Amino acid sequence: MREKEKERKEEISKMDVVTQMQRQLIQYTSSLFQEGFLDDQFNQLQQLQDESNPEFVVEVVTLFFEDAERLLNELSKSLQVEQESIDFRKVDAQVHQLKGSSSSIGAQRVQRVCIAFRNFCEQQNVEGCLKSLQEIKQEYSLVKTKLETLFKMEKQLFAARGSISR
Amino acid sequence: MAGGEVLRQNLPEKLEESPSGANELHVLAVDDSLVDRKVIERLLKISSCKVTVVESGTRALQYLGLDGDKKSSIGFDSVKVNLIMTDYSMPGMTGYDLLKKIKQESSVFREIPVVIMSSENILTRIDRCLEEGAEDFLLKPVKLSDVRRLKDFIMRGEVKEGEKRCCKRSRSEDCSPSSMTHPCDSSLLSSLSSSSVLSPLSPSTLSSKKSRL
Repeated sequence: MREKEKERKEEISKMDVVTQMQRQLIQYTSSLFQEGFLDDQFNQLQQLQDESNPEFVVEVVTLFFEDAERLLNELSKSLQVEQESIDFRKVDAQVHQLKGSSSSIGAQRVQRVCIAFRNFCEQQNVEGCLKSLQEIKQEYSLVKTKLETLFKMEKQLFAARGSISR
Repeated sequence: MAGGEVLRQNLPEKLEESPSGANELHVLAVDDSLVDRKVIERLLKISSCKVTVVESGTRALQYLGLDGDKKSSIGFDSVKVNLIMTDYSMPGMTGYDLLKKIKQESSVFREIPVVIMSSENILTRIDRCLEEGAEDFLLKPVKLSDVRRLKDFIMRGEVKEGEKRCCKRSRSEDCSPSSMTHPCDSSLLSSLSSSSVLSPLSPSTLSSKKSRL
């Protein structure tokens, strides 16, 4: 009898932990939207995830990380040359790509800096471009950390849930 | 026009039979962005479409067999595509170039509806594409609701091919507002979402476009 009671108490405390984790996940996700890191497009991606494709969001976001890092490297190279020889069209094309992929996953703050960056390209404003590049690197780093945290929380929650079911 | 008549009758058969027996739309998606290819592929699969994704206009033409190897006019052979969705801004061949190439083809290929996707809301661009024969122009990021609406429209078109041709003719012949009362136009307009422009004549969609800026 005591053994069963003990088991039941363990089950209940596991469920408490899961409930708490769920609440934390919801709060964290909410904060990302509130602070403008993510926009509705991220919700759209979540709608595309189901049992047939349970890792979809992580997969797309991972592709975005790879794409963004490649583009940020290219942008750094494009702007590291002598100011007079900066190819603004090339820079603009690269920013356009980054704007596109950040928009596709809902990385709103990154996308916004891209828009400002493109304006500087149009004006051929070197200082503006350099400043924008710094800003994008910062915003990208932030959103990457936050999304990685989010995915980690999801994974932990999933594991905790799994340890309850009999 | 007898040849054309035969092709129209064949159209419902172009829908692929999926294992479950339901008719499936086969969509060819073209985008140079890896992220966007992944998203559009998923959007289409989840909407029960068969999907082929390629990274450029050149690859798209190769896939369709339009890259030089002349096929017979009925020779759709193994490649049956019900819809082409292409990004506008691509290096080399743009989506607009691809659209033009397809619409310049004779026979069945010209009949394939082509939809342009773009992250940029530029009215002259939209007009150019529609004038060249694009079925629709979607603002990126493309949503599930866009794909669903598009699919419904294409499926209806596959069955009522005659009516669709009738709509296109009235749109191009008479651009005055009085032509808006055509029966087909009302069904097209009623299914509009805020991220697409089916008819350049519709003021409501154009103003919602502007407000997105």
